[in-house]
Amino acid sequence: MSKMYITPSSKIVALENVNLQIQQGDIFGIIGFSGAGKSTLIRCLNRLEEPDSGKIVIAGQEITAMNKKELQLARRKIGMIFQQFNLLDAKTVFENVAFPLQVSNYPKKQIKTRVEEILELVGLANKSKAYPLQLSGGQKQRVGIARALSNEPSVLLSDEATSALDPQTTYSILELLKDINQKLGLTIVLITHELDVLKHICNHMAVIEHGKIVETGVVEKFFLNPESDTAKRFISILQGFQEKRVYKEGEGI
Amino acid sequence: MNDDVLELLFTGLGETLYMVLLSTLIALILGLPLGIILVATEKGNILESPRINKVLGTIINVVRSFPSIILIVVLLPLARFIVGTTLGATAAIVPLSIGAAPFIARIIENSLKEVSFGKIEAAMAIGANPLTIITKVLIPEALPSLIRGLTIAVIGITGMTAVAGAIGAGGLGSLAIRFGYMRYRDDIMLATIITLVILVQGVQLAGDYLATYINRKRYKFD
Ligand SMILES: Nc1ncnc2c1ncn2[C@@H]1O[C@H](COP(=O)(O)OP(=O)(O)OP(=O)(O)O)[C@@H](O)[C@H]1O
Ligand SMILES: [Mg+2]
Repeated sequence: MSKMYITPSSKIVALENVNLQIQQGDIFGIIGFSGAGKSTLIRCLNRLEEPDSGKIVIAGQEITAMNKKELQLARRKIGMIFQQFNLLDAKTVFENVAFPLQVSNYPKKQIKTRVEEILELVGLANKSKAYPLQLSGGQKQRVGIARALSNEPSVLLSDEATSALDPQTTYSILELLKDINQKLGLTIVLITHELDVLKHICNHMAVIEHGKIVETGVVEKFFLNPESDTAKRFISILQGFQEKRVYKEGEGI
Repeated sequence: MNDDVLELLFTGLGETLYMVLLSTLIALILGLPLGIILVATEKGNILESPRINKVLGTIINVVRSFPSIILIVVLLPLARFIVGTTLGATAAIVPLSIGAAPFIARIIENSLKEVSFGKIEAAMAIGANPLTIITKVLIPEALPSLIRGLTIAVIGITGMTAVAGAIGAGGLGSLAIRFGYMRYRDDIMLATIITLVILVQGVQLAGDYLATYINRKRYKFD
């Protein structure tokens, strides 16, 4: 798959011959430096961004071959969470989570039960009447996750869902995703530039560099035997940081 | 102030309110869809269509460049066609509505554009169709701002009714011209001005109150 952005001043090749296969039920991490094309890639998966060429298949359906109507139907089974949450401020937590269900013509009588169930799962049962502006960042992202999951999607796309959160909240959100992955058997594709996130929940990963996939495999390999430039740099930054810290700690004695 | 002045004032106020209310209503019915189309057909938006956007934008700009008195005069024949006369408050509603519709369309466009595109994308990502996005996302999210914008529009239309009043539409504007100005009745002039000031204040206060009330509910103090 390829994608080019054409701006008045230049053409930017954001993705070049990207070829990825993600197993059902996997938690798949995509890592890369800023501007590498991570967001573009994940946004192409549900066609918030139109790929220029190539094919996207999710759960046996060819997303790229769909017309508008078909795409709308397919998107109802692809959940997405955003770095900036993108919750609707005019709606309560309950209404935000119910929105995808209404859009999908979920049986009216079951909406309430389903929303309560999913709010329970993300630990926000007591906040259902609150408005997003009354919540903390971590709570907002839980609502985002609840909204993405309410219509029982087969895939969850996550673009830096935890980048706006503190480490502790990040950890609890990651635990939640892991939990959901195990409970519901949901495939999760997540983008990050934090190694901790990768280490914590991903099984497989891909490294993206200047719009190209330069390395894929199980997460352990990334840490033990990094091949690509990006991976090596990530690891060396991490090691450099650790060494410095050890040195500093030793200095005091 | 004697009784006939009061009576004149009441009749004038009644006519003005009648013109303002109906003109706003009709202008809103015309302007709201136009404002929505302006936003939805923008590049990258839910119903992207550069051509429609361009044509509509140009028409709106053309109508808006008419000074309101000229627009009213130009549109009076249309009033004759629709309501059968060019005199009186009802006749004035025709040019007032048409004159105000593009103004309202721009105000609505502005408010709707304040809604962050991320929210629209989130709605697209759950498979919402454009109509759902407009009615369930764009309008509710922009509501406080829409109300503030409409407040400005109502006050603008109140001003336009005074202009229409000068050429035979009745209302407070005509009172000020016919008595206050032409017959040197300073008391009537003063009374109409005070009434207009109170009217405009009232509209502004009501608009502010409503917008703040909604914001409070969403806990977004401003
Ligand atoms: N709408 C756009 N128009 C033009 N160029 C764009 C657009 N969106 C992204 N790009 C360009 O495409 C490239 C990839 O951007 P992308 O947002 O996918 O990066 P990223 O890996 O998600 O980075 P970050 O970690 O900072 O979020 C960048 O060079 C960026 O400038
Ligand atoms: Mg990004």
